[in-house]
Amino acid sequence: MSLATPADRAPPTAPVRPFAGLRTWFTMLAICLEERLVYRGDFVIGTVMRFLPIVTQVFLWTAVFNATSRPDIAGYTRNDIVAYYLLTMVTRAFSSMPGLSGGISRSVRDGSVKKYLVQPVDYVAYLLAARIAHKLVYYVVAILPFAAIFYVCRGYFPPIPDVGTIAAYVLSLVLSFLLGFFMEATLGMLGFWFLEVSSIIFAYMLVQYLLSGHMFPIDMLSGVQTGIAGVTLADVVRWLPFEYTAYFPAAVWLGKIQGATLARDLAIEAGWVVVMAVACRIAWWRGTRRYSAFGG
Amino acid sequence: MVFLYTSGMHNSNRGGPADRGVDPVISVDSLAKEYRVYDKPEGLLASVTGLFHRTSRLVEAVRGVSLSIGRGEFVALLGPNGAGKTTFLKLLSGIITPSRGTARVLGHVPWERADDFRRRFALVMGQRNQLWWDLPAAESFRLHKEIYRIEPARFNRTRDELVDLLGVRGLMLQPVRELSLGERMKLELIAALLHEPEVLFLDEPTIGLDVVAQHTIHDFLKAVQARRRVTVVLTTHYMKDVAALCERVVVITHGSILHDGPLEEIVDRFTTHKIVTLDLDATPAVGRMERFGFPCEIRGPRVELRIDRTRIADVLPEILRSESVRDISVEDVPLEEIVAELFRAGPAPAGATA
Repeated sequence: MSLATPADRAPPTAPVRPFAGLRTWFTMLAICLEERLVYRGDFVIGTVMRFLPIVTQVFLWTAVFNATSRPDIAGYTRNDIVAYYLLTMVTRAFSSMPGLSGGISRSVRDGSVKKYLVQPVDYVAYLLAARIAHKLVYYVVAILPFAAIFYVCRGYFPPIPDVGTIAAYVLSLVLSFLLGFFMEATLGMLGFWFLEVSSIIFAYMLVQYLLSGHMFPIDMLSGVQTGIAGVTLADVVRWLPFEYTAYFPAAVWLGKIQGATLARDLAIEAGWVVVMAVACRIAWWRGTRRYSAFGG
Repeated sequence: MVFLYTSGMHNSNRGGPADRGVDPVISVDSLAKEYRVYDKPEGLLASVTGLFHRTSRLVEAVRGVSLSIGRGEFVALLGPNGAGKTTFLKLLSGIITPSRGTARVLGHVPWERADDFRRRFALVMGQRNQLWWDLPAAESFRLHKEIYRIEPARFNRTRDELVDLLGVRGLMLQPVRELSLGERMKLELIAALLHEPEVLFLDEPTIGLDVVAQHTIHDFLKAVQARRRVTVVLTTHYMKDVAALCERVVVITHGSILHDGPLEEIVDRFTTHKIVTLDLDATPAVGRMERFGFPCEIRGPRVELRIDRTRIADVLPEILRSESVRDISVEDVPLEEIVAELFRAGPAPAGATA
């Protein structure tokens, strides 16, 4: 045993290595992955349960189409609707963040957030690593049931789109992940101001459910006038972040948004990612300041 | 009521007075922290009224604490629950910002939370803090290696040394949730020391542990502190921790320092009497022992007298002359008792303000 004596006490940290921050982050990611794998069984059950609401939606729309003689509703045939719902499932697999905001506010309430004030580590970067790990493990588990269902339902889908559309689709999915992450992380940080954020989360979920396209395709709102000349409800929702967490990627795959409109909407989505990432930072910064001032 | 311990025989080989005076590792000046707490009266009606008007008052958790700690010192913060010990540690580790006053730890203002500062100290608070619950401790250690940017060879060496000192090599690969409280605490300490912090804050490190685990942790902390000159500040309720580890004791009650000095000094300063235990031939007659004029407790032939320290030299020969004494012992009042007395005697909290 030869512990360092005061005499040979060199700084314990290594000289600055390039990309040290990135290395730290990847180690965090790897360890989060290991941790998530402990819970893989939980994922299997969760994945299967996720498909249940979809079945009821399909039944509902089947009944709607049976009751009308129209071949389509707001541009969606019965097949389109089934394809749309299945595709929003894919978006939600990217953009939904189960337990994120609740977890953050809990860590504030029970004090475990202190660790991130004491250690030289960035909490938001850690949360992102943990969430990416969470998602990766989820995809590994969910890919089989997803593939099976899409195979069974392949008849509902239009032909596979061109490479450009697929690229835009993938980009919109990645952005929807980031958007969902930063929105819910910001929401969770309200825990610095409010003892209990579950009712705020509930209200958010409600708005999110209505305006994300989870309940119905957002372009169905293009028939609803707002009262301002030429502006429909769909136009308003387009400038809000919600539809990018469910509707937008699905609509891109189905070819409903193309060309300049597609570019504009991708830019809006990217813009919201930036806004929410900044909001998240500010919330963390001001929240920890408040936490420090009020007691920790 | 503050006086500083300026020299000591154990202190000369590590740090010492010069170190503390000229370049203290921790220096605190008139540090104060107040909280606003809201009173919630009992009852439903009061709760409804509380929605519109809340009464609040300021609670001073730490009020004007000044002290200075030199490199390599091992300091215990002693005080009853709610005395402000933990708040003080939180201030020093930068978790909270003070209401007034200044502090410097390793040359940094702690609550600015500079990364350079955060890489040089560690805080252990409770047993479920740094380790990942579902993973083996080795994984948490690996993460610390990256977070603190520890050079690989140095990391391996430090880890192996710490693990061997505590004899926990066999536990490194077991998920932390499966470990006992004592085992977790040991691994928490290792996690906190991997980056070789210069300052270590420990909040009740032995709480809830059995005697063997307490001993192991005492020995470990002593070894680490001696070899690396780590400055350690710990809060505790156990006098055993203090007696085993700390040369300097800071007694805090109601947010202020009541005493700051070596442990023995507390005995000198705060006790007025010694405990004299006599084993007599037979149970003494009623009133016989009382005539010496000191409080006494009689349990059969064993008598315990509390004799004024200034008079012990006069009284003892008298007792030995007049009584048939088989055995006698003269002891200081137990530390626990002195400290309990100190806690009670602390300054009363200031009146509530609206």
